[in-house]
Amino acid sequence: MKKTFKMIDLDCANCAAKMEAAIQKIPGVNEASVVFMTQRLKIDADDARFDEIMKEAQAAVSKVDRNCKIDL
Amino acid sequence: MLSLSRQGEHIPVYFSKNGGFIYMEKLRRLYGEMTRSQKKDLHRILTGAGIFILGEVLSALVPFFDGYGGLLIFLPAWLILGFGVLKEAVLNIKNGQVFDENFLMCIASIGAFFTGDYGEAVAVMLFYQVGELFEHCAVDRSRRSITELMNLAPDVAYVRRDGEIVEEDPADIQSDSIIVVRPGERVPLDGVVVEGSSMLDTSALTGEPVPRSAVPGSEVLSGSINQSGVLDIRVMRPYEESTVARIMELVENAASKKAKTEAFITRFARVYTPAVVLAAVLLAFLPPLILHEPFGGWIHRALMFLVVSCPCALVISVPLSFFGGIGGASRRGILAKGSNSLETLSKVGTVIMDKTGTLTKGTFSVTEVHPEGLTEEELLEKAALCEYYSGHPISQSLRAACVSELDAARISDYQETAGHGVTALVDGRKILCGNARLMERHGIQTPEVTHPGTVVHLSEDGVYCGYILISDELKPTSKETVQTLNRMGIQTVMLTGDSPASAKPVADTLGITRLHAGLLPQDKVDLCEKIMKENAASGKKTLFVGDGINDAPVLMLADIGAAMGGVGSDAAIEAADLVLMDDNPRKLVTAIRIARKTVGIVYQNIVFALVVKLAILVLSALGITGMWLAVFADVGVAMLAILNAMRCGRIKE
Repeated sequence: MKKTFKMIDLDCANCAAKMEAAIQKIPGVNEASVVFMTQRLKIDADDARFDEIMKEAQAAVSKVDRNCKIDL
Repeated sequence: MLSLSRQGEHIPVYFSKNGGFIYMEKLRRLYGEMTRSQKKDLHRILTGAGIFILGEVLSALVPFFDGYGGLLIFLPAWLILGFGVLKEAVLNIKNGQVFDENFLMCIASIGAFFTGDYGEAVAVMLFYQVGELFEHCAVDRSRRSITELMNLAPDVAYVRRDGEIVEEDPADIQSDSIIVVRPGERVPLDGVVVEGSSMLDTSALTGEPVPRSAVPGSEVLSGSINQSGVLDIRVMRPYEESTVARIMELVENAASKKAKTEAFITRFARVYTPAVVLAAVLLAFLPPLILHEPFGGWIHRALMFLVVSCPCALVISVPLSFFGGIGGASRRGILAKGSNSLETLSKVGTVIMDKTGTLTKGTFSVTEVHPEGLTEEELLEKAALCEYYSGHPISQSLRAACVSELDAARISDYQETAGHGVTALVDGRKILCGNARLMERHGIQTPEVTHPGTVVHLSEDGVYCGYILISDELKPTSKETVQTLNRMGIQTVMLTGDSPASAKPVADTLGITRLHAGLLPQDKVDLCEKIMKENAASGKKTLFVGDGINDAPVLMLADIGAAMGGVGSDAAIEAADLVLMDDNPRKLVTAIRIARKTVGIVYQNIVFALVVKLAILVLSALGITGMWLAVFADVGVAMLAILNAMRCGRIKE
C-alpha cells in the first residue's frame, strides 16, 4: 500500500534524511521518502503489517526528533 | 506615500535617499511572517545578544569583568541563549541520538567556558541560534511560496441545482453538473462553457499572461481565474481528474523524487559529522601526548572542529534549491516531475522535436493563394463554397480562410470523390475543387507545384482558376526556440512522418541542425535510442519533446520526455518527466535555463560550503583562527547558501 502522511514539526533537513534511512530499514517497507520541503512522508509498505509498520515508523521518527509526529 | 505592487503584495515606499525606511518596512513584514515560536526565539536571541555585547564592552573597560567577574554577565547570557539547546541535547542523548548538532554545540561552548573564554562560549550559542532561526524562516518562506501555488483550487464550487445555486465542495461534484463561476473566482473544475462569456486568466496554469476568451462551447480548465463575466460551466471531469488536482499532485510529488546530488549530500552528511568529531577527539589528545604540550590549547582547537561539524547548511541548501527551481518552473507553466528531472534537464545535449503539434500548430491553414484571372478573395470564396459540405480538415481550413459570409443557397449538385476532391454547382457554374488528379480526370491542365504542403486546384466551367496552398503552420515561437537552443550549444533534431521533400524547407527555416523525415512511429523509438547512444559517450542527456499523441513510447525512452500542452492527455502526463502546460515551444528553453541555473546554484553551494568548512578545519587545527570566527564563518556559509538557493527559479525571460 502506498500512502502519504503529513509530518508535524519536522524542523531539520538532516533529521529528515536520518528518519528516511531509519524508516527504510523497517521490515516490510518497500520504499519510504521523507521530504523536508513539503513535510511529507511517502511510504510504500506491506498491507498486512501496515499499521504496525506505521507505529514503528513513528518510533523511528521520535528517536531522531522527539517533537516530530507523523499525522496518521 | 506611494505604493509599489509586486506579485500582489503592496510594499509601501517612503521618500528616502538611502532606502533605509524601505528596509525597515521589509523587516517589519518579515517579522510579521514569523511564527509565534520564531518570534519568541528572536526575542530571546536579541536579549542574549544585548547582554553579550554589554559583557564584551564591560570586560574590555572594567578589569573586574575581564576575569571570573565576567561570568556574572556571560553566564546569564549563555543560559538565555543556550538553555533550550542544552535541554534538547540531554533529551536526545536519552533517545540514543548522541552526535546531534545540539550536543556538539553544547560541548563546544561549555568547553570554551572551561578554557576561560566566556565571550567565545556565548558567541558560539548566539551565532548558532541566529543561524537556526534564519534557516527556519528561509525554509518557511520558500515552502509558503509553493503552498501559494498550490492554492489554485478553490474550496467551494457553486452548483445549479433545481434552479437554485448551492455551495458545494468541488470534490463532491459529479460530471455534467452545471457550476456557476462569477468574476474574480477561480474555476473549480474542468468543463465546457454553456452560458455567458468572459476572459479567463490562465497564468497560474500556463504561465501565459494573456487572458483567454471563454464563450459557450469553449473548454475551461480548473485553476484559471474568471475575470469579467458570469459563466455557467458544464463539468467534464470529477475533481480528482481535473487539471488543478493533477498539477498539485505533480508538484507535491516532485519533491520526493530526489536528485542524485541530494542523495549524495545526505550520504556525505552521514559520514561527515562522525569523521569531524573523531578528528576533534584525536586533535585534542594526540598532539599533546606526542609533543608533550599542555592539553588546554589543543582542546580549544578541537572544540572549533565541533563547531563546524554540523552539515545542516549543506543538507538543507540542496533540496531548497531544487524546490525553488521546481516552484519557479511551475509558475511559468512548466511542471517538472521531480528534482531528478531538473538535474537531468540541466545536462541536455540534444533536443529531439516532433514536428507536427510541437513545432507546428498541428492544424492546417491556408498559407498561399495563387489565383489565375481573378482575385485571391474570389478564389478562396469559390473554394470555400464548393467545399461547404465537406468535413475534411482541408475543407475546414478553406472555410476558415474565407472572409466573406457563405450562403448555402448558392450551392447545388454537391459531390465528393474520396482522394480527389469535390465538385459542385456554385451560382449555377460547375466548380471543381481538389488535387491534380481531379483536374486530370476532367482534362484540365495544372501547373507543377513544388511548395511543401497540400495543393488544392480550382476550375470553373472547365477553366483553370489557380491553386491554394494549405499547410501546417509553424508556431510563432518555433524559430526562436530552435535558434536559442542552437546558441546554447544544444543539438536540435527534428523527427517527422512527412516526406523529406516537404520537411526539409521547414527544418531549414527553423535552423534545425539534423532532420529525420519519413519516419514511422517505431522508427522514432529506434532513432531516439541511437541518439541517446551517441550522447552517452559525452555524458550529455537527450530530451524528446512531443505533443503526447502517439509518442508515449519515445517520451518514456528519452532521458527526459517533455509533453507539450499535455494537461489534457493522461498518457503524456504518465510518460513524461516534464509537462509544458501550453503549446509554446519557447517554454523548453525556459525549462532548461531554470534547470541549469538550479543545478549551478546547487554546485556553488556544495563547493562553497565544503571549502569554507575545510578552511576552518585547517585554520583551527593550526590554531590560527579563534572559535568566534569559526562559528561566524559556519553560520555565514549556511546563510549565504540558503540565500543563494532562494535565487533558483528566478530567471530573466
